[in-house]
Amino acid sequence: MKETPLSNCERRFLLRAIEEKKRLDGRQTYDYRNIRISFGTDYGCCIVELGKTRVLGQVSCELVSPKLNRATEGILFFNLELSQMAAPAFEPGRQSDLLVKLNRLMERCLRNSKCIDTESLCVVAGEKVWQIRVDLHLLNHDGNIIDAASIAAIVALCHFRRPDVSVQGDEVTLYTPEERDPVPLSIHHMPICVSFAFFQQGDPNPTYLLVDPNEREERVMDGLLVIAMNKHREICTIQSSGGIMLLKDQVLRCSKIAGVKVAEITELILKALENDQKVRKEGGKFGFAESIANQRITAFKMEKAPIDTSDVEEKAEEIIAEAEPPSEVVSTPVLWTPGTAQIGEGVENSWGDLEDSEKEDDEGGGDQAIILDGIKMDTGVEVSDIGSQDAPIILSDSEEEEMIILEPDKNPKKIRTQTTSAKQEKAPSKKPVKRRKKKRAAN
Amino acid sequence: MAGLELLSDQGYRVDGRRAGELRKIQARMGVFAQADGSAYIEQGNTKALAVVYGPHEIRGSRARALPDRALVNCQYSSATFSTGERKRRPHGDRKSCEMGLQLRQTFEAAILTQLHPRSQIDIYVLQADGGTYAACVNAATLAVLDAGIPMRDFVCACSAGFVDGTALADLSHVEEAAGGPQLALALLPASGQIALLEMDARLHEDHLERVLEAAAQAARDVHTLLDRVVRQHVREASILLGD
Repeated sequence: MKETPLSNCERRFLLRAIEEKKRLDGRQTYDYRNIRISFGTDYGCCIVELGKTRVLGQVSCELVSPKLNRATEGILFFNLELSQMAAPAFEPGRQSDLLVKLNRLMERCLRNSKCIDTESLCVVAGEKVWQIRVDLHLLNHDGNIIDAASIAAIVALCHFRRPDVSVQGDEVTLYTPEERDPVPLSIHHMPICVSFAFFQQGDPNPTYLLVDPNEREERVMDGLLVIAMNKHREICTIQSSGGIMLLKDQVLRCSKIAGVKVAEITELILKALENDQKVRKEGGKFGFAESIANQRITAFKMEKAPIDTSDVEEKAEEIIAEAEPPSEVVSTPVLWTPGTAQIGEGVENSWGDLEDSEKEDDEGGGDQAIILDGIKMDTGVEVSDIGSQDAPIILSDSEEEEMIILEPDKNPKKIRTQTTSAKQEKAPSKKPVKRRKKKRAAN
Repeated sequence: MAGLELLSDQGYRVDGRRAGELRKIQARMGVFAQADGSAYIEQGNTKALAVVYGPHEIRGSRARALPDRALVNCQYSSATFSTGERKRRPHGDRKSCEMGLQLRQTFEAAILTQLHPRSQIDIYVLQADGGTYAACVNAATLAVLDAGIPMRDFVCACSAGFVDGTALADLSHVEEAAGGPQLALALLPASGQIALLEMDARLHEDHLERVLEAAAQAARDVHTLLDRVVRQHVREASILLGD
């Protein structure tokens, strides 16, 4: 499917918010979304969630013959796929530009930086080496695929265990996992990508930048800068894209920010790996099924969104001071949910006064009678107006029965007069009858 | 290759240059009569050829036309005889696609696309050496200027590396293959704005500024050379026209 274009007002809204240093999800400009790492039952399988962006990483290995010009080194192969379930715009034939860009970035970040010791993957020089294949699948696209993919790749590589091999003279023995414990890969360092989105607002130089853009922000951004670093503050890759003009000091500033972020993320990764290791050793349950939280609705709960409430009091006072006083004040508002009816108003039982109420039914009952559907038809606007002033009056529009609520005279007329229009009061008795007929016709 | 020092004690590199020296650059504009603009550049042993067509009507799907800007289309193709071993697939592989995308991004930022709405500008680059992105960009700049397409400024590119605490400018193939950090930078010299920045291999953050500065200085030197080439070409053309 073609991507739905972003509307102009949404674009303007996002850009204005960014000018005021506000982001839609309440983050600060340098904040990352929540990162969650979960592991599968096999070694080398993991899912990384960066906010709602989800990437699945799987590492596998195979014994192959090495490349001719690198006879003593193993082979690393990366493949990132944008699954069609990630976004409606991803289709089998359509994604080439983005796919090429992401794949090349992953390759350069992980292969050229030599994070894995390829010489240790050599079994028999010139004949047999390990080929490590990292497959990344994007499961959900909510912005910043690169960061999530790089984290998934590194976590999967750190988590992976390859079968043990021993070479005795000419004999090569490959042990199965049952015979000998599989061996982890030797990883020198963990390069992690950090993305910066740039927004040009009028000036030729991009003046606003955000870390970890989500999908909406990516759509309105003017350019992207990706810096891959490891925790020793070595830059593994820099890539600027999107046709923006950068200045040297902007690049340097971004590299400093990236250093801080990478340190945090690396800590998180190490902790997650440690936890998984512990669970496996203790024989506990592990795998994706365990990491999906048990969803039981015990209470209605919403994720907290941080809101800045420092100036709420002032704003509230301003609004109250400027607002007009409400036209009528109701002391006890009535709330009728659909399907319920009320006879009387919770006051004393007046059924004993049958004679009185019958008389009033003919004369004055009309202006106090309410046929709920009828009122909805005629005074829909008024009901809603009043609803906004004294919120809780909701009239049920159940069409099961006509509900006429009779009110004895002594009760305050306030509510009734509010919910019935002035017109109804003038023509009290006839109107209800008419509406009844209409209703029957409709039924 | 063991024992190959990229930077000797006296400060000379493998090919006898100093740390900040560029390789010899020779360029010619207007190489092809058929194309709207063309240029050939030799940077040391790296030879790049760029051809520009446009602005012209959008070919292919009309739907891709942008209502307010021109579309810039770049294709990079590397000759099969260019590297040490013969290359199997000259174009369509990932590296060429990526190079094409990067060129496109660079030139979209530099060309004043607002002046040619609903049109298309094609840039084709043929590289004959396992050389770098820099030669492509320089060749493409000259070709675009030859075609008369308005640009904000020259786009000059240069590569830089880092060995033994010194930043090297304009890496040759040997220095690239040694596996140290390599930075490719495309710069608009007058304003100092960076159109594209790309870096590979590990470089400590503290050295980044020095390497960036070396690359920027080298790009500015390239700009002086290209400027001279363009003026020479214009002078020749005006002499031929008899002005």
